[in-house]
Amino acid sequence: MATKFDIFSILTGNSNDADYEKKPVIIQGITGSFGSTHTRLMREYGTNIAAGVTPGKGGSKFEGVPVFNSMKEAVEATGSTISGIFVPAPYFYSAAKEALDSGIKLLVAIPEHVPIIDSIKIYEYAERNGARMIGPNTPGVIIPNTMKVGIMPAQPFTKGGTVVFSRSGTLMYEVSYHLSNSGFGQRLGLGIGGDPINGTNLIDSFDLIREREDVDSVVVVGEIGGDAEEMLAEYIFKTNFSKPVIAYIAGRSAPKEKRMGHAGAIVYGNYGSADSKISSYSKANVPVAKSPKEVPLLLRTLLKK
Amino acid sequence: MRLLEYQGKELFNQFGIKTPQSILVQDMEEAKSAAEKLGFPFVLKSQLTVGGRGKAGAIQKCKDSVELESKFEELLHKEVKGELPRGILLEKMVEIVKEIYLSIFLNRSKRCFSIIASSEGGVDIEQTENKIIKEITINGISNELASEIANELDIPKESRESFITLLFNLFKVIIEKEAELAEINPLAIVSDGSLLALDAKVIIDDNSLFRHKDLVKYLHLSELEKQASDNGFSFVELEGNIAIIGNGAGLVMSTLDMVTDAKGTAGSFLDFGGRATSETIYEAIKVISRIPKIKAILVNLFGGIVRTDLVAMGILDAYKNNILNVPVFARISGAQSEKAKELLQGSEARLFDTVEEAINAVVLKVNNNN
Repeated sequence: MATKFDIFSILTGNSNDADYEKKPVIIQGITGSFGSTHTRLMREYGTNIAAGVTPGKGGSKFEGVPVFNSMKEAVEATGSTISGIFVPAPYFYSAAKEALDSGIKLLVAIPEHVPIIDSIKIYEYAERNGARMIGPNTPGVIIPNTMKVGIMPAQPFTKGGTVVFSRSGTLMYEVSYHLSNSGFGQRLGLGIGGDPINGTNLIDSFDLIREREDVDSVVVVGEIGGDAEEMLAEYIFKTNFSKPVIAYIAGRSAPKEKRMGHAGAIVYGNYGSADSKISSYSKANVPVAKSPKEVPLLLRTLLKK
Repeated sequence: MRLLEYQGKELFNQFGIKTPQSILVQDMEEAKSAAEKLGFPFVLKSQLTVGGRGKAGAIQKCKDSVELESKFEELLHKEVKGELPRGILLEKMVEIVKEIYLSIFLNRSKRCFSIIASSEGGVDIEQTENKIIKEITINGISNELASEIANELDIPKESRESFITLLFNLFKVIIEKEAELAEINPLAIVSDGSLLALDAKVIIDDNSLFRHKDLVKYLHLSELEKQASDNGFSFVELEGNIAIIGNGAGLVMSTLDMVTDAKGTAGSFLDFGGRATSETIYEAIKVISRIPKIKAILVNLFGGIVRTDLVAMGILDAYKNNILNVPVFARISGAQSEKAKELLQGSEARLFDTVEEAINAVVLKVNNNN
């Protein structure tokens, strides 16, 4: 089980901090086309991108943001504890290791196609350093109307009391869009990632918001593959998780033994099947929506009870 | 990537895990000369990536040249779960004293690996109660744990050392070749006490292939899959007649479910990921256009940076260049959607405000045509 980790205090700080809601964030791979596009969008949204790292480009600036050769220099200059990784998958391991060695406490690992062994090694290393990884293969994390570290579009999200955890990027946007349209704004949107290994898995995610009074409900967007939903259902049931939870699972009609886009979305036998997940949720009394649009309808019904 | 049995066995042999003598052949002529080398009797094993070969009759005993004549051709052309074999493995039969099940697989929720073992080999492990499950880190298996497993499996004394060595070697396959699964079912203890892997099921982590050039030769993509993969698309061919295109694996899966719920049948799954532009939609349609059974295309795009008008132009180009001759039903949530609707007027493509409307229209169209 992961260590106790307060993601809100890392992302936004406390209301008496001088840099409350403006915590410095470093972008690794800031000068690449992917990193630069999203650095621009994150800044527009309100994220304080304090530095970027691209080896060999130290000393230059990206639209006013200082660029460093190494994470060590970037952390020393900014005091940042958050890093968004935008480097291609083959470079992920060394970028992430360097970030953790430099004192980063929250790694948001955007790249898709990271080898499993690299994810496990970074997960273990982060644990040993009291740090946390979100992803890889995640759209990132967003606190609506305040800041985001990731690649999600701004439009679907509004501020509110629901939290959305999702194994899929576009479905996180789609479900949040329907929630927003129905008046359910979000306190937090967090992409677990579409890979078999998640630095922050569904149970870790629920631990992040379990005690928070400003969170009134949780939506968990899952998909076929693995046993994350089964484990979560057991956790909800056994630990008497008290907030209302609505689930959605994509891939009910996918064939077995075919990888459906995400590295983690594959069913072997009954392992990872939608039936297994739906029946686990039903044992934990978690309603499962049949489509993204049905999520706010089920949430409204549940909140009326 | 799931390796074929003979490929898995090649890996096993590289790591000192022994397998029965065998020869891979592609036609009758090769089979006859292999039979001469091996000597009868032997087993004919169809090389497929799908499970359940035994039940499907894709593994056959062969006792003489008469049986070889009749059984070989049959196996070579026998489809199992829609898959034709990529060769037949002729494998020498061995005298089995005891059969064991042994595998190491990625434990996703614990973020480590697990060993599963059972003293009942050759069975469906999901159905067996009698099994041992041990979690291990990527740092390796301790001697204590290896002995414990050998004890629990009741490995005979004379085979014990070989078993422990084999377990360590199987773990090396996992770590050094970056496999998600390495399974031996059954692992046979033969009459002289040595251990032989009678089958091999190995799944390699596709994302690690960039550093395993020696494994790239095992990649086997259909022409369509290759075209999709070259464009960076995720693509799966399905049974039905509606092609689904979208930006994001979860979104396309969700659309597939909704089409199925609406009594439509999906013929393909295509996620082009990342950015939706004229080019990506055009290339995606190009892949789909090569599947004759497709009667209509359903496009579902969602995201902030989608320029709906650019996507519409990509679709129009596909019609203009005659690579597209089926109707398109699209839900594209993004900027410039009014302009996109205007652009598509008079074409066979229609834009809808919600995915539900698009699905209802496409299913109505396809099911009425049949």
